[in-house]
Amino acid sequence: MDRIPILKVGENLLVTIQVDLDDRVALALQDDLTEKIVATRAHGVLIDISSLEVVDSFIGRMLGNIAAMSRVLDARTVVVGMQPQVAITLVELGLSLPDIATALSVDAGMEALARAGGG
Amino acid sequence: MVELRAGSVDDEVQTLPLRSADDVVRVRQAVRTCAVELGFSLVDQTKLVTAASELARNTIDYGRGGDCDLVVVRSGERVGLRLVFRDDGPGIADVEQALRDGYTTGNGLGMGLGGARRLVDEFAIDSTVGVGTTIEVTRWTWKR
Repeated sequence: MDRIPILKVGENLLVTIQVDLDDRVALALQDDLTEKIVATRAHGVLIDISSLEVVDSFIGRMLGNIAAMSRVLDARTVVVGMQPQVAITLVELGLSLPDIATALSVDAGMEALARAGGG
Repeated sequence: MVELRAGSVDDEVQTLPLRSADDVVRVRQAVRTCAVELGFSLVDQTKLVTAASELARNTIDYGRGGDCDLVVVRSGERVGLRLVFRDDGPGIADVEQALRDGYTTGNGLGMGLGGARRLVDEFAIDSTVGVGTTIEVTRWTWKR
């Protein structure tokens, strides 16, 4: 099974999702990230979904779970790079991801984390 | 449920199995390829692929697996992609309730069925307890 690499960049963790996520890979990422937050004492998590062409309710839920779990572990999550057609579809699907911080690019996400005191 | 079936000539049918998480990814990819070939806009492609993803997962998680037909349909100046998800699982006792946002018998968000309905132009569901469920969705676009 594929696993998604998690990189440490400064004080933050960076995850770039480049595969068409199947549900098991998505669940594994949730587990791996929480472990990595604890192991590295990271205070910020950036999830780059600019290559993701589909975010359905399962992946939306995974992103929400990651944000909630990292918050409990004293880290902030910013989801970056969502494609416009994915945003349109998500909202129509009924998911507006109210608890997830977003930014348009990795740079903007890094800045948001730095402002929040995580970077 | 009222079935809206536009008068159309069916051709090019493809059937894909739905047994595992990999199969959901394969259905998404097949729907994407087909929608691109038919000239769907990027937003329309994404809506249909997302609906397919929700319904494919439901077929596996709630219907204990089944299959999906991809059917190209034509009607006048329009061309559409119809997806038919079939399982012989436990069936849905209360279809209206299952379509309501937030309702789930599993561990999902309960957005799958109602959400998928909003992402397509036509939606029909036929479910019998103890026999199985068939869900048919279609999204249309203008011919190029």
